[in-house]
Parts: sequence; C-alpha cells; structure tokens
Amino acid sequence: MKALVCVKRVIDYNVKPRVKSDGTGVDLANVKMSMNPFDEIAVEEAIRLKEKGVVTEIIAVSVGPQKAQETLRTALAMGADRAVLVMTDDEMEPLAVAKIIKAIAEEEQPGIIITGKQAIDDDSNQVGQMVAALMGRPQGTFANEITVEGDAIVVKREIDGGLETVRLTAPAIVTTDLRLNEPRYASLPNIMKAKNKPMAQKTPADYGVDTAPRLKTLKVTEPPVRSAGIKVGSVDELVAKLKDMGVVS
Amino acid sequence: MNTLIWVEHDNTSVKDATLAVVTAAAKLGEVTALVAGSGCDGAAQAAAQIEGVSKVLKADDAAYANALAANVAPLVAGLMAGYDAFLAPSTTTGKNVAPRVAALLDVMQISDILSVEGGKIFTRPIYAGNAIATVESSDPKLVITVRGTAFAKAATTGGSASIEAVSGPSDSGLSQFVSSEIAKSERPELTSAKIIVSGGRALKDADTFQQIIIPLADKLGAGVGASRAAVDAGYVPNDYQVGQTGKIVAPQVYIAVGISGAIQHLAGMKDSKTIIAINKDEDAPIFQVADIGLVGDLFTLVPELTGKL
Repeated sequence: MKALVCVKRVIDYNVKPRVKSDGTGVDLANVKMSMNPFDEIAVEEAIRLKEKGVVTEIIAVSVGPQKAQETLRTALAMGADRAVLVMTDDEMEPLAVAKIIKAIAEEEQPGIIITGKQAIDDDSNQVGQMVAALMGRPQGTFANEITVEGDAIVVKREIDGGLETVRLTAPAIVTTDLRLNEPRYASLPNIMKAKNKPMAQKTPADYGVDTAPRLKTLKVTEPPVRSAGIKVGSVDELVAKLKDMGVVS
Repeated sequence: MNTLIWVEHDNTSVKDATLAVVTAAAKLGEVTALVAGSGCDGAAQAAAQIEGVSKVLKADDAAYANALAANVAPLVAGLMAGYDAFLAPSTTTGKNVAPRVAALLDVMQISDILSVEGGKIFTRPIYAGNAIATVESSDPKLVITVRGTAFAKAATTGGSASIEAVSGPSDSGLSQFVSSEIAKSERPELTSAKIIVSGGRALKDADTFQQIIIPLADKLGAGVGASRAAVDAGYVPNDYQVGQTGKIVAPQVYIAVGISGAIQHLAGMKDSKTIIAINKDEDAPIFQVADIGLVGDLFTLVPELTGKL
C-alpha cells in the first residue's frame, strides 16, 4: 500500500516562542523553523513500514508557505519517495488542511495516512481526525505502535490511564504519539539524493478548497507569569512550610 | 445557546473531566449531557445528578461501547441538529472524538479552551502554553474541547435531569476495539489528585524511581507523575507523563523531584496552586516557577522528607 504522510513546518521545538508586543501573534521572524516533531515520527513510521515491505511508496505532503519545501526535503532525505507542496501564505486552519489532504488522498489512494497528533505551534490536535471524518474512514489517534495485517491496520493507542488497541480497516488515518519511534537523522548522501526527488507544487485552489478561516484571532498574549518563590535550606524547613500550608499535620 | 456535552464515563459512573465541561457549557447556555455507551444506564443516572445538567441523552448501543470515533462522531453530529455547541473534555477520548464531529459539521473546532469570554469568544493555549490566543468563531455551530484544570468542577449532586433514550447510526464496521491495558492503581488519578509527586530523569532508573518517589507519594496520599524524560527512559509508563503532550494537571501541591523544568513540562503543571521543587541544580528552570525550592541531592533529601512527614 501507499503511505501518505502529512508534515508541517513549525517553530523549532527548542526555541522559546516570544509573543509580539502588539499582541497579534508569536514572532517568527528570524526564528529557527523545523518539521513538527510529531510529524517527524509519522515520516519515520512510514519509512519503517516500507522497510518491512508493507508500504510500497511514501508521499509526503505539506500545506504552507514556499519555505515548507525545506520541511518536505527533510522528509525526502529521511526516506520519503516524493512530495507534494500545497503552497499558501495564508494562515491555514486544520479543517482547510484536512480538506486538502482528503483531495490529495483521493488522487493518490493511500492505504494509510500518517500524521502527527498535533502541531506544536497551534496545538490543535485535529487534522488527522478531520481527514478521517471527511473521508469516512477509521482513525487510530495517538499511536504507540502500528502493525499492518493484510488490509487491517492495528493501532495501539496511548489513552488516559494506559493503552488501547483498535483494529482499523484500511484505508485508515493514524496520528502519532511520542513513543511510536525515534526518528532517524538524514545522512548527508540521502540529503543530496533528496534534492533530486520529485516535488509537485500545488495551491489550495487546485483542489477547490475554500480556506477562509473560521476562527478569528483577536489577540495573543503572554500567559500569566508565575513568580519564583523562596528557597529553603533544609528538609526541616520544608516540612515546616508544608505544615503551615496544611498539607501535612 | 443550547449546548450538548460529551460525558466521559465507565458505564457506571461519570469521570471527573466531565464536571469541568458542565461548568464551561453552562457559561454558554442550557446543558444537555450525552451519555453514549453500551450498558451505560448507571452513568446516565449519575450524569442526571450533576448540578447544571438539565437533560441527559442516553445512547445505549453496542456500537457505542469504547467510544470508537468512527461510530460515536456520526451520533453526535446527528444530534447536533438540535444544539448550538458541542463540548467535550480535553481527554484522550474527547480529543479523539470532537474533531471528527467538527469535520462532519464543517466547523472549526476550538481546542482546549481556558475561558469563555462571551459570545463566541474563547481563550486557548498555543505554543505549549507559551502564548494564550483569544479567538472568535464565525461558524454557525461550535465544537469545543475544554481544559479540565481551567474550569471549576460542577457538583456531582443537586441536579435532577430527565433521561431520554436516543439512537443514532449503527456500527460503521470501520474500526473494532481489540483490547485495553489500563493500569490499575489505588492512587488518585493524576488529573484529579490534590497532591502530586513527580519524578524526572535524575531518578536514574525504574527501581530508583520506585524507591524514592513512591514512599513519599504514599505518605502524602498523592498521585504519581513524571517528566517526559523519565517516561521516555522507561522509568514509568506513558500515562504518568505530565506536560503539554501528556497530562495537564493543577493540584493543590505539586512536588517536582529531579525535574529540571523543560518548557513542555512546565506547560503541564504550572497552574498548580503550590509548586515545590527538589533539584541539585540551583539554576534549573523549575525554580523559576516553584513556590518553595530545595537545592540538594534528591537521593538523601527525599527519603529524609518522607521520614519526617
């Protein structure tokens, strides 16, 4: 089966986001950008399924600005076979992204669509579930383990309190959680090779998707700051404090 | 506004996360609670007692057991003909089901709200809680997930809602529940614990984590949490993880042991009432949010603390 992996270019997870002083958003000028970490796990999982002989071809998709092609090149360098960049400079909401992915999936007919459970910028945690809904296909969110058995995709999911296993009929949508795998680094020869792998350039209009936002961001602010308290010098002092607070008697 | 809320339950009782959703929904209008499951009468009875719930819809069908999204989302989407907003808790179940409902209704979900600001305006965390966005929806219907720690819990008694049986689409046949491995524990659940003792990578290994953290938690009757580093290193199972991508907690007292305080961990616990940090590195970021800090070797300090409590 073919695998479609959806990746997003986001602020690097090591960078501390700064809220713009005018309250319009987070300052992304001159900030290091990378592939969303959960999407990196999605790419890695698709590659592992290919290495197992389950997946025949991996198509990486990103919806975003021109620079998202760097993110797709990373996916190609890791091991994806080809890429589709759906280019837009507009702010894209999960619903619009899901509609575009659905359109691409209809063209490509993948047996599995894998994406990160959430992007670390807007923290929406929606795209995978929405793609599944729009396509009328099953979903396996927050995957900890993926096994393909014929046309069934068995997903062990991370849920509150433990793990849950579901059996999905392919084609299915799977979203990745942190412990699914540890993504590989692309080797230099593979980075060079990735430059020659095909990357199609499209726009949302090519898929007839209306991307007008449904949510309007009125303002973005810093979270309330928690100030540092006191340091105590010994366990006895700490116990005394806990007693003062009524935590222990 | 007429609201429909997702009741998280185990067929016999209602999970705590639901109670914050009732409070959030009540700020929008009348609250109808949907109990979907198989053999869920007990949960429906419990939901009817929650203060602020005016009606309970019970969808009792084998297809709705285990809340498989492919089966329950069409049920919710169908019921939404009579409601203006659907609210679910930001639990793994809520996060699994709600976006599927939103897409079926062709609306943009508002994830993980922290407050209801009036009209269709809400606040929500972005960038792992490093920024708070105020957003306004232009959709005709709202689909929302609610951060449990941001809203007071509605009382579990005092309500007397009527229970109405409803039905919806049958099994889609797309997905099947196979099994679950739920850790059985006598300890309070992390998201409702009054005290949490959490351990980080400094705990060295699974055995040491058990030897250092558990006795202190036992002494305090506390829930046990961990940083992502400790979970990734295999000291404890994944459902112990506190942080932006794990559990968001806000206990009365959060004791962070050997946790340096990575951004993503802080995002999951910084709303705790009192934070106590024990760490050997006095410059660790955890001390910037801690109310009480103790610098030193956790391997001697924590057993000493446990002994003196």
